[in-house]
Amino acid sequence: MKKEAAKSLRAFVIELAIYSVLVIIYFLLVLHLLGEWLFHLETQHRVTYAVVALLLIAGQAIALDAVTTLLFRFLRGRSR
Amino acid sequence: MFFPISNTHISPIYLAVVGFLIGILGGFFGVGGSFLAGPALRLMGVDWNYAVGTDLAHIVGKSIVAARQHRTLGNVDLKLGLIMALGTIGGAEAGAQLIQALKRAGNVNMVVSVVAIIVYSSIALFMLWESGKTLRSAKGRLQRGLLKGAQSKKDHSAFGPVTQMIQRMKIWPMVSLPTSGIREISLWIILLVAFVGGFFGGFLGGGAGYIRMPSMVYVLGIPTHLAVGTDLFEIVISASYGTLTHAIKGNVDILIALVMHTGAVIGAQIGVVATQYFAGPKIRLAFVPLPLIGAAIVIYTLMTGHKL
Repeated sequence: MKKEAAKSLRAFVIELAIYSVLVIIYFLLVLHLLGEWLFHLETQHRVTYAVVALLLIAGQAIALDAVTTLLFRFLRGRSR
Repeated sequence: MFFPISNTHISPIYLAVVGFLIGILGGFFGVGGSFLAGPALRLMGVDWNYAVGTDLAHIVGKSIVAARQHRTLGNVDLKLGLIMALGTIGGAEAGAQLIQALKRAGNVNMVVSVVAIIVYSSIALFMLWESGKTLRSAKGRLQRGLLKGAQSKKDHSAFGPVTQMIQRMKIWPMVSLPTSGIREISLWIILLVAFVGGFFGGFLGGGAGYIRMPSMVYVLGIPTHLAVGTDLFEIVISASYGTLTHAIKGNVDILIALVMHTGAVIGAQIGVVATQYFAGPKIRLAFVPLPLIGAAIVIYTLMTGHKL
């Protein structure tokens, strides 16, 4: 039981580390590129901005959920 | 990191950590967590209107992740969630209208603060009494240990007889909720519960999960795990509506929400997995501090005059 808990914890820490690297790349690339465009959209086309904002947050949720699930499955599979 | 839309400098690590903590709460209790996210953004100098709108956008993302995870565990009643979304949106509009009327009368802050303190404290005291009584009862004792899977979802509440009485009320049309194990309940009762939750959300701010989740358990008789999952699904719909309206009014900095959400994804998954290890009454008991924190924030605001 303890061994299994330690394995799960180790898999989670590795997952967190990989996820952090991916998120930093995401901050640097995607948000940097999107920032200016979103700022102009927000000041000039509010309705389009509202729709784009909703699509972005929903899209990110689905994408990151898939990434973390895959990472977790992959690490769990390797630690067995 | 500079966020041009709200014109603020905030550390992305701070945002990710805040998102992570709120994600755990959201995944475990089925709440949006706006009572923490709003003040956390305000602390970093984000204007109040941006804090409210941005928080709603972040709630959409976090709730999608948590609701998807709960769905894989069989904790989401889609039919109930869709019906409740209708009542919530109607209630939120009514709450917002009342705020406007109170603004015109000039006493909005005092009225909202007093109502919030009474509502939050009452919920906390009631849940403390009920979950404590249930855990002390014979059936509750059986649920005390660490349970996994479907066994942990078997729910028992000391308020059960009142809930059964509500379920027996024959006000046409009646609907059945097989996923939640409810053979028949009046559609109007579901809509009323959602309307009240939405009303307090519009009136007091935030998603009002601290009202809706307990009322789903105590009034509708939904098992706690399903109430958490279904509430999150319902929050996706109502918070999306709120995000759209706030973004059109210029109250959403989506870049802040996207960064916060990166932490919330991991937090929400931890919260969802944790529900599998606790029986319903234990989740309800652990829920008690949440509305109390909300009440403490309102009391602090009243006493100091600073809005967190």
